[in-house]
Amino acid sequence: MATVVDRLLGRPAETAGDGKGDGKGKRDDRSRTGALDPKDAVWRRVQLARNLARPRTLDLLAEMADEVIELHGDRGFGDDPAIVAGFARIDGRRIAFVGQQKGADTDENIRRNFGMPHPEGYRKSMRVMEMAERFGLPIVTFVDVPGAHPGPESEERGIAEAIARSIGLMSRLRTPIVAIITGEGGSGGALAIAVGDVVLALENAVYSVISPEGCASILWRTADEAPTAALAMKMSAQDQVELGVIERIVPEPGEGAHADPRETAKRLRTAIIAELDRLAELPLDELVEARYRRYRALGPYTEVATPEVAPPPSRGIADRLRDLLDPTRWSMGMPLPGSSRRDEPPAHEEV
Amino acid sequence: MPIKLPSFRARRDSYPPDLWTKCPQCGDMLFNKQLEKADRICPTCGHHFRLSAEARLEMLLDKDTFRERDAGLQSVDPLGFVDQKPYPERVATAQAQTGLRDAAVRGTGAIEGQAVSICVMDFGFMGGSMGAVVGEKVARAAEDATEERIPLVVVSASGGARMQEGTLALMQLAKTVAVLERVRAARVPFISIMSDPTTGGVFASYAVLGDVNLAEPNALIGFAGARVAAGTIAQELPEGFQRSEFLFEHGFVDRVVQRRELRGEIAALLRFMRVPSVGLQQAAPASFNPIGAFLSSVAGGNGGDRG
Repeated sequence: MATVVDRLLGRPAETAGDGKGDGKGKRDDRSRTGALDPKDAVWRRVQLARNLARPRTLDLLAEMADEVIELHGDRGFGDDPAIVAGFARIDGRRIAFVGQQKGADTDENIRRNFGMPHPEGYRKSMRVMEMAERFGLPIVTFVDVPGAHPGPESEERGIAEAIARSIGLMSRLRTPIVAIITGEGGSGGALAIAVGDVVLALENAVYSVISPEGCASILWRTADEAPTAALAMKMSAQDQVELGVIERIVPEPGEGAHADPRETAKRLRTAIIAELDRLAELPLDELVEARYRRYRALGPYTEVATPEVAPPPSRGIADRLRDLLDPTRWSMGMPLPGSSRRDEPPAHEEV
Repeated sequence: MPIKLPSFRARRDSYPPDLWTKCPQCGDMLFNKQLEKADRICPTCGHHFRLSAEARLEMLLDKDTFRERDAGLQSVDPLGFVDQKPYPERVATAQAQTGLRDAAVRGTGAIEGQAVSICVMDFGFMGGSMGAVVGEKVARAAEDATEERIPLVVVSASGGARMQEGTLALMQLAKTVAVLERVRAARVPFISIMSDPTTGGVFASYAVLGDVNLAEPNALIGFAGARVAAGTIAQELPEGFQRSEFLFEHGFVDRVVQRRELRGEIAALLRFMRVPSVGLQQAAPASFNPIGAFLSSVAGGNGGDRG
């Protein structure tokens, strides 16, 4: 594990072996060039991704676009300030944009709900994306979200439905889509606007199925193990490239995007233009088919030889003997068929 | 490996719950054998206990019509994930406990004579969590439904995406939903049944997208776990929050259906939701007819606009 991260950070694997070390106290003030253990390295990125001064969607657009027109409202319920959407012109190219928008300070964060969208945010986004398809505009999305808003209003108005519909819409839209993870890629709330022909990420962006705190509190039973969970989930952009979830990384200047938002926007602009031009060459049928196949193929599994019909419910003598010999199974008391169907503790896995 | 005789203590400790289960709703002690006979519904208050994939299939499908497909799909460990235990060990434990290879079983069968492509989940296998195998089985069930022009039925029982597969589990939302868009474009009906629990990434992908969404009574259905919701926002959760009836009230579930009536409801719905171009197919054969399906898919293959 250590060597993978070391390789990704382009330095020798000198810290291999102390991955279990407790780096809690020193995590923040270790410099980037110092020898970080892998856990500290990924946690540092999580913190950079969450940095309050990190440039947000509208900041980046203001820097990189010649013209920005924001559109508001989902036409059904209201306007969600946690998601921004509209039209922009980048180097003469007309695009539609969608992105989560966190606040730059506490007041703005309260107004923007810390960048956690409600269903109407995703429905506004879908409205703009459908329009983009109709008017032949490519779509660029900026993903920076801790997670979709988890509260009762969100559930009442169908946050799950909005996310699922948005994913479905993006999987079939007949226009190019460039998705960029700019900060936090927080689970379904991120994926809802991150289905694209190509997925880019800023260097210190992170992407995960659940927040590291949430993962740690379920699997390690304490949120303090969040850095361990962050490492285990391979949530850094570099690891996501290896997994095939992200295609390319856009390097951040200096200490991170917050240190030089203008330079960050400039680099992103170059990357976006290159992708837009590349995707514009492809016939729409091919584009949509390739996007479909990209997502259809994600997630490895194996196939083992097996009888056509499900095995009988009763466990054979061979299974029981195997259990006797396998120390990892002793603790289960060798459950009989049907005896493992108690109503168990709450789900161990949730997005 | 230390050699030691297996202890019988674990079994003795679990002796009472092997015989009796306490109903969480009314508190009655239920004799397990009777509970199984009663389709795992509390005879006193009607509480629906969770059902295994096997029992679910038996309950929904016509006798002896189920033909399993892709029984051999098995999880791998793409992240090398280790928490308290390595992920492969967790999978092995779950396999030994349930006799399943992963948290979903899929295949074809018939419901009151109507052939369906069906995928059912089992909460007993790692909380019914969705990794690449579950996503693949749902996707293939949907693809078979499209190709063979038979309705798709998915029964969900899941805590959400499987954390041990990281963002690759998250990508199963995109995989399954993308395939369902094609099912919809092909005008093949999709009935989604939500049982207790249907939460997280499973709810926020295929489970919520049925042409018709059915839910068992009082099932936990929601996007964010109640603990997450209560922890993230300092707000008291309303009574009945994230239960089937709450979803029904807010318009995301068509019908809340008692377990024993599900089969009849699905059959009744499917008599309306016919796959176009197949014609009047009375009492479809339980086994798949490749030539007929090919002809009908050719006939209806270009129904491009969405229904």
